[in-house]
Amino acid sequence: MGPFPRSKNMEKFGQRKDAVDIVFQRTMLVFPLLVLLIVGGIFVQLLLSSWISIKEFGPAFLVTSTWDPVAEKFGALPFIFGTIVSSLVALLLAVPIGLGTAIYLAEYAPQWPRRIISSLVDLLAAIPSVIYGLWGIFVLVPVMRSHVQPFLGKYLGFLPFFQGPAYGIGMFSASVILAIMIIPFIISISREVILAVPHVYKEAAYAMGATRWEAICTIILSYGKAGILGGIILAMGRAIGETMAVTMAIGNNVKISASLFSPAYTLASVIANEFAEATSKLYLASLTHIGLVLFLVSIVVNILAWLLLWRINERQKIFQGR
Amino acid sequence: MNLNDQTIGNDILPGDIRPHINTELQNGKPLFVSHRKPLEESLENPIPQIMVKELNFYYGRQKALSKVSLGIPAKKATALIGPSGCGKSTLLRTFSRMNDLIANARIEGTVTIDGRNIYDRDTDVVELRRRVGMVFQKSTPFPKSIYDNVAYGLRIVGIRDKKTLDQIVEKSLRQAVLWEEVKDNLGKSALALSGGQQQRLCIARALAVGPEILLMDEPCSALDPNATARIEELIFELKDDYTVVIVTHNMQQAVRVSDFTAFLYLGELIEFGSTQKIFTVPKDRRTEAYLTGKFG
Ligand SMILES: Nc1ncnc2c1ncn2[C@@H]1O[C@H](COP(=O)(O)OP(=O)(O)OP(=O)(O)O)[C@@H](O)[C@H]1O
Ligand SMILES: [Mg+2]
Repeated sequence: MGPFPRSKNMEKFGQRKDAVDIVFQRTMLVFPLLVLLIVGGIFVQLLLSSWISIKEFGPAFLVTSTWDPVAEKFGALPFIFGTIVSSLVALLLAVPIGLGTAIYLAEYAPQWPRRIISSLVDLLAAIPSVIYGLWGIFVLVPVMRSHVQPFLGKYLGFLPFFQGPAYGIGMFSASVILAIMIIPFIISISREVILAVPHVYKEAAYAMGATRWEAICTIILSYGKAGILGGIILAMGRAIGETMAVTMAIGNNVKISASLFSPAYTLASVIANEFAEATSKLYLASLTHIGLVLFLVSIVVNILAWLLLWRINERQKIFQGR
Repeated sequence: MNLNDQTIGNDILPGDIRPHINTELQNGKPLFVSHRKPLEESLENPIPQIMVKELNFYYGRQKALSKVSLGIPAKKATALIGPSGCGKSTLLRTFSRMNDLIANARIEGTVTIDGRNIYDRDTDVVELRRRVGMVFQKSTPFPKSIYDNVAYGLRIVGIRDKKTLDQIVEKSLRQAVLWEEVKDNLGKSALALSGGQQQRLCIARALAVGPEILLMDEPCSALDPNATARIEELIFELKDDYTVVIVTHNMQQAVRVSDFTAFLYLGELIEFGSTQKIFTVPKDRRTEAYLTGKFG
């Protein structure tokens, strides 16, 4: 048979479709550009507003641990420390629980608990963070003070992280709240990733005599690695930027301490707490400077995440001979 | 009755099947006769290794198998044929309880392997699956090296000794006729192999744990004729040592590799017997109709 005969009508149809495609493509291009513009704008604005502070303190701002509004001496180190430590501890707590729950939901749970737990988890993600903060103050902190921290101090007190008086309020409580807040993300994303592993590969593992657990460890997690890691990093991004709940539980104390029990401060919470009181120009600029640091930390974490995912993807591609 | 080369394609067969088989000539002989043991011998001595009795299978409310009973002989190749959706895969998968993984699937009746009902409560499913290997339609190499793929089943039973692993990996790859092609690249990713090589790798992987029974669900359907021929040769050799059950849509393949054939239709076993008989003197009109391409 010869080439497929194209009727006049079809040609017209084809052209029209092309035109629509092009218009759609161009219009849609506007939105990514807009996003870039907004991100760039925020960066420039932050830079301008914190200019006095940048000029005054220079790069030393990042490694100075004084924060003295009266003497107008400002440094961001305690906040950077607080942000990073609280996020990491939160991840440390949330990843095993989140991943475990996701594996349970995807591989073990029967139909109805799976559905109920999944909906509850999604609901958890929708709770406003100030509610988590309130819950933290009224429920978590007292329990921490009276039970958890004394317990940890007694049995793990030889570690510097678990020494000192149990205030309840402090780095550890904030981390626990953060962990609870990011667990739903880790669960949702990991669950989707695990469910997306092609069924034939799971079957192949089972057919080889793998137990469920062996199949999960050897096959499912190795297929889903990239996605799960992506979810974890997304969750970390959220933990870094989380403000309200952390501010309410962390104790807001400008201090770097090895102990997780002691009150601390984060980049986000110092801005939220002190913005209204920042009367002098330098004070305000320094707070904005903190904002700039937070902005950069978030972006660096996300870029690291992309690089990581991209590397895993590349390797996967080589694997698949693509 | 003695079936030999002459009787094939004679009056017993409906007209359509004659060219169908007779065009598959190799050295002037129909392909499937060339490597066949005398019919009497294979029929006389069929020791059933897998006994299926009154098997009903349900996916939820839908009945996929209905009162299937058959005995699959040891160290022979048995083909399951039938139109799409008739329950071939379902039946095959019951032999290693792969249907356990499907929610809502329900089974009635018994499947007995070497005298033990594998659906008994105290069956060790993991152990069962080590004895009954399975190869899927789509090759399923794990994202690991060739070596690690073959060693997978051994490692999960706790074999760590490098020497033992090396030996079994080589033996399995040789059995699957893949050794010569990959022996210098055992560390290479299995996903970089060709489709046919991947399928042979999966066969090697299944053989490595030393099964007695090998289930294959359309193992060649994604392969080109060359790769298909290699797998068929392989199956033909494997059945000296293993009980092979193969699902296939390819009639000539069934004829070439199998000693026995079961024809399923709408979830029922219509006919089961020696491949020669089924393909030359089908008893049931539906078998005949299927073989002559009237449906499916
Ligand atoms: N996981 C499942 N859930 C529900 N129904 C299923 C499932 N698998 C198969 N079925 C149904 O059971 C019947 C038999 O399916 P089966 O896969 O055994 O057929 P088959 O003979 O292997 O077909 P094919 O030749 O197309 O592979 C079909 O009607 C199919 O729709
Ligand atoms: Mg099938």
